[in-house]
Amino acid sequence: MPAADRHAKIADVASAAEGAQAEGGILAFTREQELSAYRAMLLIRRFEEKAGQMYGMGLIGGFCHLYIGQEAVVVGARMSAKSTDQFITGYRDHGHMLACGMEPRRVMAELTGRRGGYSKGKGGSMHMFSREKNFYGGHGIVGAPAPLGVGLAFADLYRGDGSVSLTFFGDGAANQGQVYESFNMAELWKLPIVFIVENNRYAMGTSVERSSAQANFSMRGTAFNIPGRQIDGMDVRAVAAAAREALDWCRAGKGPFLIEAQTYRYRGHSMSDPAKYRSKEEVQRVREEHDPIEQVRARLLAGGIGEDELKQIDAAVRRIVSEAADFATNDPEPDPSELWTDVVL
Amino acid sequence: MTVNVLMPALSPTMEQGKLAKWLKNEGDKVKAGDVIAEIETDKATMEVEAVDEGVLARILVPGGAENVAVNTPIAVIAEEGEEIGPAEAPPSTPAAAPTENAAPAPAKAPDIPASAPQEAAAAAAVPAAPAATAAEPAAPSPAVAVPEIPADTTLLPMTMREALRDAMAEEMRRDQNVFVIGEEVAEYQGAYKVTQGLLQEFGPRRVVDTPITEYGFAGLAVGAAFAGLRPICEFMTFNFAMQAIDHIVNSAAKTLYMSGGQINCPIVFRGPNGAAARVAAQHSQDYAAWFSQVPGLKVVAPSNASDAKGLLKSAIRDPNPVVFLENEILYGKQWDTPMLEDFLIPIGKARIARPGTDVTLVSFSIGVIHCLSAAEALAKEGIEAEVVDLRTLRPMDVPAIIESVRKTGRCVAVEEGWPQCGIGAEIAARVQEEAFDYLDAPVLRVTGKDVPMPYAANLEKLALPSVADVIAAAKAVLYR
Repeated sequence: MPAADRHAKIADVASAAEGAQAEGGILAFTREQELSAYRAMLLIRRFEEKAGQMYGMGLIGGFCHLYIGQEAVVVGARMSAKSTDQFITGYRDHGHMLACGMEPRRVMAELTGRRGGYSKGKGGSMHMFSREKNFYGGHGIVGAPAPLGVGLAFADLYRGDGSVSLTFFGDGAANQGQVYESFNMAELWKLPIVFIVENNRYAMGTSVERSSAQANFSMRGTAFNIPGRQIDGMDVRAVAAAAREALDWCRAGKGPFLIEAQTYRYRGHSMSDPAKYRSKEEVQRVREEHDPIEQVRARLLAGGIGEDELKQIDAAVRRIVSEAADFATNDPEPDPSELWTDVVL
Repeated sequence: MTVNVLMPALSPTMEQGKLAKWLKNEGDKVKAGDVIAEIETDKATMEVEAVDEGVLARILVPGGAENVAVNTPIAVIAEEGEEIGPAEAPPSTPAAAPTENAAPAPAKAPDIPASAPQEAAAAAAVPAAPAATAAEPAAPSPAVAVPEIPADTTLLPMTMREALRDAMAEEMRRDQNVFVIGEEVAEYQGAYKVTQGLLQEFGPRRVVDTPITEYGFAGLAVGAAFAGLRPICEFMTFNFAMQAIDHIVNSAAKTLYMSGGQINCPIVFRGPNGAAARVAAQHSQDYAAWFSQVPGLKVVAPSNASDAKGLLKSAIRDPNPVVFLENEILYGKQWDTPMLEDFLIPIGKARIARPGTDVTLVSFSIGVIHCLSAAEALAKEGIEAEVVDLRTLRPMDVPAIIESVRKTGRCVAVEEGWPQCGIGAEIAARVQEEAFDYLDAPVLRVTGKDVPMPYAANLEKLALPSVADVIAAAKAVLYR
């Protein structure tokens, strides 16, 4: 199996939750579904840890926003979505790309600014796309994905192909005016879009309590009659259940749906975060008590899976990440002539 | 005591209109607020109400009259029982005669002489038909010497408004992915009537009225373009596009580059740009320089109906984001436009609007009209000005400017926008870089004054570049 296919198989969890029974706000995953979630989340975790290391080594420049801690959100959503549904998010986007089945080595090579990167090294961490995988970025302007995602949904409805736009943004972006312009049009025209607020409790260093008059983000669509669900974004089964409900709602022609996934980022906002706005104990407590990957791992072990099997998965994931890092380190920089390409067609 | 009912203005730029019909007859009693007549322009229809109680004593302008100048008395209302002798009735104005040519009144628009484009009449009544005979130009249209048009092509007079609408309609027929989105584009028929009739032909799926939410619908349109549709995103005016400039620049213009060529954005942002008339600072700005600075955008600013049609069709087919800057003052003016199935003008090519040997005048959009008028006046003094109509601001056809300047040795750049970092500043820089040795005088700029647009009529006139300014600059570079 070529390397690229092997990576995609581990990472792309589209439709993986199909058939799981909904029970009390979660999807009761089969063992195979738990393993899919585990592999995908672990890949994101290890990839991001590696990206952090490479940033420290000076191989990655600029801004680099890690997704560590939030893995269950995109993985759960992707497990209930189809590969034909579009995904779009802000700048904390590496996890979304991997969950959409984009190749880890090409994502990493974009982080290092090399020619094999998804954007030939011209986009960087915050600006990556794959039309083939229906991943529409990767946007650096806070709040911008909301109307862009509504535009993807507009195209879905225009074509009538049954696809849905899954549009992610953070608790910080949820205070941008354009988000509400988007809500209004999405509901007005019954567009097939799932808005997913990844509430990781801090917009850079400003906590939700210090920035948001209505801290229950699932209610932020109420004025527009958009139904909302506030869910445990650290439990991949809860995210998958809410995403399934939302996607069914959209595909039935009922318009948009809003999910607030309560989650947490373990690392700083970006690599230059001073970490002064929250305590080490707070971070440690979430890691110990709510880690999305540990939850799945514990269930797998309790369900009788052997440590050996999990170790094999861990090793396979590490190999993929290590290969990606090697590729991203050794791939040449873009040819100087690339400076002038892709400006206009 | 009698009261004159005057021909009303329906918009800041209206100079004349059609008195569509009378709803009351002479001798009818009227109360204040009664609708007595209907007025039409190519943009809108409005009811005229009686302002006082009395009897409609005289109808001075008959129903159906075209080109009735604003402020012309159209009727007299008298008190009940009051006798109106012939001497008391104000004379009807010649401007009311249907056959009268509709050149703008000199007092209102001194810089657009009658030899410039003709004001169209009755364009709204029959959207698809060529203009009525009433609008037949009295003088030849400005030279639209376009090599893109074969010699035996039929030319018919058409307003810029009609040309833009036809361009959109033709492209919507050709490609199911093309749709129009914006404020008042559908049921209202376009705030400036540019999208008139499109809803009727293409339906609400493809002619989409938005809430007043520029940032939102511009972002939506960009997202739809990423997904492969071809939106025509209308801004009621480009002043409101500042709310949306983030999506125009950050999302539309940069994504092709940021995605390494994967995600293009085939979208047209269009609407009126620059000063209209008496709408003051927040509604009277020329954004040509702003958008033309951005790599990843194409920026087009046509000066006549024919170019508007050919360029808009090209813009809609273009795989890149195109900012298409129209001009409200020009919407109702008329030019000979080729009747061709598939009339495309390439983006990025300037045209010589008037050949000349002594001085090069470079402009775009309404500035070209000023330049042509100036060139005509200069010709009477023995100065032959060459007028270069840029048509596209990005990519700018610098070779066309340079070629002209190498011939004339003198250059004046004309625009409505502000001077600092304007289009003229760019032209001056490029000319000195590429034709320094050919210059016999410094490049001069005629621009809007470096102030927010004032409201007062006299100050507004002072703030805008005038034909006299262009003539003075041309003479200055000729040391005459």
